[in-house]
This record gives sequence, C-alpha cells and structure tokens, in this order.
Amino acid sequence: MKKSLISIRDFSKEEILHVLETAKEFERNRVQKILEGKVIACIFFEPSTRTRLSFETAVNRLGAKVIGFSDATNTSVSKGETLKDTIKMVSNYVDMIIMRHPLEGSSRYASEVASVPVVNAGDGANQHPSQTLLDLYTIMQTQGRLDNLTINMVGDLKYGRTTHSLLQAMSHFSPRFIFTAPDELRMPSEYKDFLKEKGIGYTETTALDEHLNDCDILYMTRVQQERFTDPMEYEKVKDVYRLEASMLSGVKPNMKILHPLPRVNEIDQDVDETPYAYYFKQAENGLYVRMAIIAYLLGYR
Amino acid sequence: MTHTDKELVVSALENGTVLDHIPAENVFKAIEILDLANEKNRITIGINLSSKISGKKGIIKIEDRFFRDEELNKLVLIAPNATVNIIRDFKVVEKKKLVMPREIEGIARCMNPKCITNHQPVKTRFTTIDNGNEISLLCHYCEKITDIKGLY
Repeated sequence: MKKSLISIRDFSKEEILHVLETAKEFERNRVQKILEGKVIACIFFEPSTRTRLSFETAVNRLGAKVIGFSDATNTSVSKGETLKDTIKMVSNYVDMIIMRHPLEGSSRYASEVASVPVVNAGDGANQHPSQTLLDLYTIMQTQGRLDNLTINMVGDLKYGRTTHSLLQAMSHFSPRFIFTAPDELRMPSEYKDFLKEKGIGYTETTALDEHLNDCDILYMTRVQQERFTDPMEYEKVKDVYRLEASMLSGVKPNMKILHPLPRVNEIDQDVDETPYAYYFKQAENGLYVRMAIIAYLLGYR
Repeated sequence: MTHTDKELVVSALENGTVLDHIPAENVFKAIEILDLANEKNRITIGINLSSKISGKKGIIKIEDRFFRDEELNKLVLIAPNATVNIIRDFKVVEKKKLVMPREIEGIARCMNPKCITNHQPVKTRFTTIDNGNEISLLCHYCEKITDIKGLY
C-alpha cells in the first residue's frame, strides 16, 4: 500500500518518532544515495524558496533525480488542465510526487488520484506537515526531549497553519501552551476545544513580554499578508510584535527561539547574535527531515 | 370510509413511502436530495401543514417507491426530526427515524472559498460532527468545518 503524507494527522506518534530518528541519521551522514535510479516530481503551483529547494536538495542527496516545475504558468495548467489530469499524467512518470498548491485540500485530492505517494509541501493555509516535523525535530534537538515542554506561540495564531499543525503534533507529548496573539488573530476555538478534550493546558495573552521567561520554546510567526481577505485587518496587526535582544534577559537558559521563516519585522536582527536564536539551524534541519520523510514513504527507512 | 375522491388521492397511499415532519422550508431541498424531480411515480407534496411539534411542517408521499436507508439518511442534515413511514396495502408496516451517517458524499458544499472542491470537479466528502443540537461537517479535503447554515 502506498503511503502519503498530507496532514500531520496522517502520522501516528510512533511514525513521527521514527521519522525524527531517521532524520538524526541523515544529519550525521547527509549523503546517502539509497534512492539511486528513482525519479521524484516536485510540482509547485505556488512560489516557494525554502521548501522547494530543501525538498529538491533532499531528493538529490538521496541519489534520486528531480523533475518538475516551480511555476505553473509554463505548463498545461495554464491551458485549463484539471489538477486530476496533471497528477494522473505525472504519476505515470515518477516514483513520488512532492506538491505545493494554493487551494486547500488539493494535496489530499492529489493523493487519491495518484498511483504513487504524495507529499504535501503546503496546500494554501491548510497543512504543511514537513514543516511540522522539522519543528518537532528542532524542539527535540534543542531540549533533548519532546515531553512536558512549555511552548509559547506568538503572532498570527488564527491563519498560521504552522502553529495549528505543531499544536496537533505536540499533543502527543503532554505539552503546555501559551498563545500570544492580538485579539484579531487569536487561536481558533476548534483548536482550543481539541486541547481541552485532550486535557492539555493553555494560557492566552496579548502581551509578548508576559511569558518570555517561563517557556522552553518561543515559536514566533510572521503575520502573513497573503492569508488575509480583508486588507484593513492586515494593516491593524502587521507589526504588532517585535522581539528584541534586550527583552531576553530573564529567559530560561534552555529557551530557544524558532521561526518558520521568512521573518519580516517580528524578530530584530540583534536577536540573531543571542544564544537563544535557533531559526537558521531550524531551517537547515528541514533538509534532514525531508530526506527522512522521502526515505520512509518509499519504504527505504 | 367517508373520504371524498379528492381527499383520497392526497391522503391514502396503497404502497409507498411517506416522509413526515420535514421542516416546511426544506421540502424542496429534500426533493432535490432524493432526486425526485426525475421520479416517474405519483408524488404528493404538502407544505406548511400544521404540526403539533414544530409549527409548520412538510410532507412528501411517494407511491410505489421504497428507499435504501443510506438514501434517506442524507436527509438528516436538513430534516433531523423527519419520520419515514413505509406503507404496504394502506397500512404503516414500518416507521423509522433518520440516522446521522458518519460520512456524507456528494451533497453539501464546503464553506471554505479556497477549498479544492469549490474550484475543480471534485465530489465533496465530509465527516459529520454532532455536537448536541447542531450538526457540522468536517471537510475531508481542506479540513475546515462547515456549519449547517452553509450547507446549500
């Protein structure tokens, strides 16, 4: 049976831990040509740099070849081809499809149409499971464990898919959450209900400085203009938080700052020099985690 | 029996199905969901009849037609309190309530304007969530929740 990764909910706790262990092995030895002779499609219907480049690098480092496109305007999609037809055609050529698409649910649909495994590299504001796995990997790397940690999520908690998926994934590991967001961008109630059901505690605040000193992970996010339908709403909240090095004097020594990147104004450059900044290493980890995801889904790890 | 001919046509069904206690405003939706527009048998429809339970109700009687439970259960979204009477030889031989299906396919639209099902020819698919009185639908594709008001 082919296995796809569309939503972080598709992976059990055991599978998550298995992928993280595998990623550790790839970090120790990042050239392992175990997929020699395979061809993998990276089809990106929406712009991306980090995700696309790290997936393509992962494929290359595993010894497979990449085909695909990073802009749908030069393809038959611009002639009106349906997603179904594009996927049917591509899955005849390759061993796996890695896909990003602006419409939500498009990856799930593609996985039902394709004859090969599909990896969701982002479907609109819905899911981005490889980001979630690399976040988990980074949390484990910096704290030595996943259990019983306090995670402070900051920024756009309403539209930010990374925080929603991370919340779902972390729910396996008895965390405590702090949600720091302006009123307009608070964590949606469906996620808070989910936590209540699981008996996981959370605190909400609008002030960034309130919970800097009692968290293990400070998960900063950007307010993403492209997710807003109302430009007025965006203007009101776009620069609401700005983390500076001077605010970090009382934090726990093990505290690390993560950010899915790209950042705009929410983390000042002077934070980069502190021992708490970890977002660039986090982005690097994306490579090892994506290698692990590909190797696992194709049955090689 | 002292019924006039007119009343007989409306009220008595020799064999068939009577769907009762449909909210008056949803009768046409029920007709659509059961695809009765293409039905060849005789159908009687009543709208705004008085009901002891819910004020105004609707009723649909279809002669010589019996439905599978899966077909009828699709109505639960728009008529949660409907009753189904199976008539044979002028008698009610079976009376049943609708049951909420765990998954529904091909009816209802996803409320999320960015959902793939609203842009490409993809059949909608939902898991039903029953939180007491309200029914809402979790989209299998975009994972967003559509509430009952956005169903049609």
